[in-house]
Amino acid sequence: MKLDFHKSQKTLTVLLEGDFLHFDAPHRKTALYEAAQNNTVREITLDARSLGEWDSSLVVILTTLKQTANTRGILFNDQTLPDDLKQLLDLALAVNRHPVHDSNQTEDFLEHIGDWGLSFMASLHKGLTFLGNSFHSVGRFFAGYAVMRNVDLWQALGECGPKALSIVGLISFMVGLILAFVGAIQLKTFGAQVFVASLVTIGMIRIMGAIMVGIIMAGRTGASYAATIGTMQVNEEIDALKTMGIPVSDFLVLPRILALVITMPLLVLLSDFSGMLGGAFVGTTLLGIPAEEYWKYAWNAFGLTNFLVGLFHGLVFGFVISLCGCYFGVYCGRNADSVGVATTNAVVWAIVWMIVLTGIITFFCEVIGV
Amino acid sequence: MKQTEKSAISVKNLTMGYGSFILQKEMNFEVKPHDIFIIMGGSGCGKSSLLRVLTGLVPPLAGSVWIQGTKFSGASADKQKEIMKNCGILYQSGALFSSMTLAENVALPLKQYTDYSEQTVRELVSLKLALVGLAGFEEFYPSEISGGMKKRAGLARALALDPDIVYFDEPSAGLDPISSKLLDDLMKNINQSLGTTLVVVTHELSSLLDIGTNSIYLDAESKTIIGRGKPADLLKNPPNQTVYEFLTRGKQKNVR
Repeated sequence: MKLDFHKSQKTLTVLLEGDFLHFDAPHRKTALYEAAQNNTVREITLDARSLGEWDSSLVVILTTLKQTANTRGILFNDQTLPDDLKQLLDLALAVNRHPVHDSNQTEDFLEHIGDWGLSFMASLHKGLTFLGNSFHSVGRFFAGYAVMRNVDLWQALGECGPKALSIVGLISFMVGLILAFVGAIQLKTFGAQVFVASLVTIGMIRIMGAIMVGIIMAGRTGASYAATIGTMQVNEEIDALKTMGIPVSDFLVLPRILALVITMPLLVLLSDFSGMLGGAFVGTTLLGIPAEEYWKYAWNAFGLTNFLVGLFHGLVFGFVISLCGCYFGVYCGRNADSVGVATTNAVVWAIVWMIVLTGIITFFCEVIGV
Repeated sequence: MKQTEKSAISVKNLTMGYGSFILQKEMNFEVKPHDIFIIMGGSGCGKSSLLRVLTGLVPPLAGSVWIQGTKFSGASADKQKEIMKNCGILYQSGALFSSMTLAENVALPLKQYTDYSEQTVRELVSLKLALVGLAGFEEFYPSEISGGMKKRAGLARALALDPDIVYFDEPSAGLDPISSKLLDDLMKNINQSLGTTLVVVTHELSSLLDIGTNSIYLDAESKTIIGRGKPADLLKNPPNQTVYEFLTRGKQKNVR
């Protein structure tokens, strides 16, 4: 392949010889384009009499030359080009639009702040509306006229109840085991390793059990809610529900909230006892505490108030995880990426809100002396 | 841009289906270079499944597919990949990657399979988008353009590597009549100017009668090809009642 050009008087002659397949010579092309831009050039003539096979790499060169000729209002002589190539050039230059793209418009700092404020207010409004609608649906459920299929509730209960037992049990057992190990290192120096039982029991039933279940369920069930509902949004199923006059909060959100609110305290219960078992395993086998002694200390540390505070955390976390999962699913965008973003947001925000609410609950417990 | 005169695609005794369920059996047909070859038939006859077999996504139950004289079905994954570099596919929805701009979508096969410089890739991307009437839309994301534009952008991506064969799966689906006509004209233009062989799965009558230069009709009942030829000729001289009814939207006629 050979791309040559020369200028004689006002004519730039471009010689195309041989096959032009995968032609890639940026410097040569740039030199040709610059020559075509020269003000003294009044005609571009193509000499393609010896042109062999060609592909798009030649078409881009010819398109650029023809476009330059059109822009400068000079003659473009393509008589020697094969007909199919001429047709292709016409097709490539048939539409010459300059669409406006938003990303090309620059914003100043104040506009940026203003946009952020407006977007924040819109998000707040959206979040509060969703929260209001969800609680309204729970109210309608207890009043007996929520539009919810019982089969959906049973399915959701199955997903976040029995199917989560093994993972919650295992992780909580390991957490109890770790708590006991970490505690024993310090307590052993005082010869007080028997208090490992108290440490693990109070730690698990007061907060650790609920937090562990919360994190597991946010990653497992909250993410699944966001992905499922998000995909329904992409497939326009949510639009179909709305146009049929069925409240999305009743049909999709309510069964999921109920399922998690019902199962979370039960899973916290399982987590508490699995954690205590993990602690007992370390205490009795590795620290040499007699089993009877271990359970006596554990039982003494087991306060009903702590236990109920733990269960209450579970209940609150159930609301938080289901609301976050459903919210990000319902407000998911309409493409594949959006489902991924919705799922990530559901998990991240569920965990953030769980930590924030744990702080608030702990503060109030301190205030009322619980 | 020039194809040899051997068959673009040759299908020999092809039986396809899923497990023990047979969709079509003992199919034989040839697609000649530069043809606009239509695969038509009623819903559920296996048109899209045939496309999946022709593109190597699903293996045939029996028989073979040859692309430009090379055996495609049953070839190693590397060999199939090599053959498919010469084939482009336009999916029903366009199948553009939503996280990429149109330019990035079209540049993807160029960067994957060629060692063109950045400048040439940029120029080629602009050319391909210009060919499908999307000049200037390089920096747009798929979510920012209409359904018809998505299909045209998908076509630009399918044409990125100058393939000899381009497959289309229901190109007119979901398009308004004007967009559908524009896409048909574009397909004809590309077929004529680039000499690309087009294999089109469709049941859009106006489209297949307008652009088709050859076709086969798959019958769901007999599980085989019951009509072949240029669609317009099949309409004039229908080989049987089923094909006639299909091409006339259910009109009755005694076909001998």
